[in-house]
Amino acid sequence: MLGLVPASLPAGSLPSLPALMAFAVAPLAHLRPLDIAVIAIYFCMVIWIGFYLKGRSNTSEEFFMAGREMTAWIAGLSFVSANLGSLELMGWAGSAYQYGILATHWYWVGAIPAMLFLGLVMMPFYYVSKTHSVPGYLNLRYGEHARILAAISFASEMILMSGVNMFAMAVVMRVVLGWSLTFSILVSSVAVAAYVGLGGLRSAIFNEVLQFVLIWGGALLVPILGMVQAGGVGGLKTKIISNMHSDSYFHLWRDTGHFAANPMGTHWSGIVFGLGFVISFGYWTTDFLVVQRVLAAHNLRAARMAPIIGSFFKMAVPFIVILPGLLGLVLLQNPDGSHRQLVGEDVVKSCSVNPSSDRLDDSAGCATAMATRSTLPAAYQQKVLAGIPGSELHSYNDVLPLMLVRYCGPGLLGLGITALIAGFMSGMAGNISAFSTVWTYDIYKPLINKKGSDSHYVLVGRLSILIGVAISIGAGYLVQHAHGIMDYVQALFSFFIAPLLGAILMGMFWKRATAPAGFLGLLAGIVSSVSMFVWVKYDHAALAVVALYPDATDMAANLYRALWAFIITATVIFLVSLVTRPRPVAELDGLVYGVTKLPKEDPVPFYKNEYMWAILVVIIFAALNILFW
Amino acid sequence: MHGSGIPIWFFIGVLLVVYGLMIFGYGIYEWQTGSYPPLVELTRLHTPIWWGALLALLGIFYVVKFRPGQAK
Repeated sequence: MLGLVPASLPAGSLPSLPALMAFAVAPLAHLRPLDIAVIAIYFCMVIWIGFYLKGRSNTSEEFFMAGREMTAWIAGLSFVSANLGSLELMGWAGSAYQYGILATHWYWVGAIPAMLFLGLVMMPFYYVSKTHSVPGYLNLRYGEHARILAAISFASEMILMSGVNMFAMAVVMRVVLGWSLTFSILVSSVAVAAYVGLGGLRSAIFNEVLQFVLIWGGALLVPILGMVQAGGVGGLKTKIISNMHSDSYFHLWRDTGHFAANPMGTHWSGIVFGLGFVISFGYWTTDFLVVQRVLAAHNLRAARMAPIIGSFFKMAVPFIVILPGLLGLVLLQNPDGSHRQLVGEDVVKSCSVNPSSDRLDDSAGCATAMATRSTLPAAYQQKVLAGIPGSELHSYNDVLPLMLVRYCGPGLLGLGITALIAGFMSGMAGNISAFSTVWTYDIYKPLINKKGSDSHYVLVGRLSILIGVAISIGAGYLVQHAHGIMDYVQALFSFFIAPLLGAILMGMFWKRATAPAGFLGLLAGIVSSVSMFVWVKYDHAALAVVALYPDATDMAANLYRALWAFIITATVIFLVSLVTRPRPVAELDGLVYGVTKLPKEDPVPFYKNEYMWAILVVIIFAALNILFW
Repeated sequence: MHGSGIPIWFFIGVLLVVYGLMIFGYGIYEWQTGSYPPLVELTRLHTPIWWGALLALLGIFYVVKFRPGQAK
């Protein structure tokens, strides 16, 4: 999830959570008893599922791998759902408000090719090797050192992300509903700890599928009703061109020939190679958070089909995320009926209100921020400065909840809020279940206790979930008090996942790659990525080198840093392999392309063939890109 | 989901039926009394009625098709 967060998140909602907290305004929505009943039923259901599945999670294979008995549909939906967190939903809707359908790249070119590659090319190696985790594959291919390095970095990332997710959900619930931070954190963490701790990965997957349905059931109404009100596609286009004086909002590729030609400040090369290759392939093919769901499939064909099934749904997600952002551009209104303009988190922060005095903390700063970093009408700026009720500022990332409140009355609003909560919880549960597996199999077992019984490792897994949730809560509160940490959290993906992709691709497709090369390449990739981040942090001019453009946005910098980290990892592995002794080819069976005998699968009718469905995905993917060129 | 036990789709069906009926029921109440929530747009479309009915019907389909003992 982290890897695919948009610019509005790295530079927006996540770093600005403290700003949101400081911005004391009335909640966006008020829940009625019917809404509260809808939310309460959801919590009861997920916890009951955990209790129900406890009896089927007694062995380590059942607890950590869900017994490897998931169908392709279950694994595929869970695969997509683990990525469909609410931060992502809200962040991308906000990005669509800012950048138009350019934000869709993160759902199409930034996901679909990688998902197909995972299913058709990589999954056989993960599945045939019977590894329990991605670091486990590194152990089989490169040995213990590479595994430990990957496991520690991955476990740290998972636990920190879980905490960020938890805290972010609490802040959003405070902004949207006025709930206290502690209440939201406690309720969500207890629920996640209960259902994952009791039922293990099976329970996490089970709930992710449930959450996926709820997210669609709760969020689908917004684009439907928005399109009715906007007058359909034609009406929406006309209104956006009229309001924004640009048709760039409807083009995916046309304006990416130069950094300055599009509002995202990026270039097609960054989108194709940075996002479409390194970030996307790194996330969808090596991030254990999502790969774990597919490893739980009941046979190789199901494991290959799962990402392909998931790719159909992934292509459809922009309908409930990007479209509401575009609709918000033209439909949102202030209480006085005038057109509502959303602003950046920095402007919201500059105009924060002191809760004790009900006045702006810094009127002059607010006036400057609105004048220089927003296009708010002068009259509205005066209302904000005067503190007139109803004139509060909202950020881009509020567009989805604002649209939800606009169309959903009692019951439907509860369903929409449940969808947001479900999204947060699926993200947290995904992080926690993946953390538990990596901790138990790749850190505890090889380093602390190699000779434990199966039941002992299940117990360790359950305890690690409880401890992981506790640390996540701590991480959440740490973020609250140390705002700068958020900057580093946002960059975690390019620190770890891009080098991991380099190590795994070199290991999986080049039999000459050696164990020392794998470890050193991974280490070099991580160190170089962190170094580039620090370099740009302290010398902004370094952007011209790292991101090839002095005014590149944070998003563009992330894309290029990931690309460099991947290239450095692959290069180091290549060079070190040339001067070190390779493993005998016979030892690489099941691990490397070209020397692995894949199990022969029984013939199936064409409609069950994974290649047929993959071709269909490719056709739809190409058609969508041409349609919105 | 393979193996014994209640299929996941059954749980989803139950939840959709419960939610669908709750929202549908509120929609009928809203329509009958004319007490529409202020600030909510497009109330003339009676969204809770048709959306609630849709959720309930989808839920009933899943409950029937995947009821325990029936699903493969």
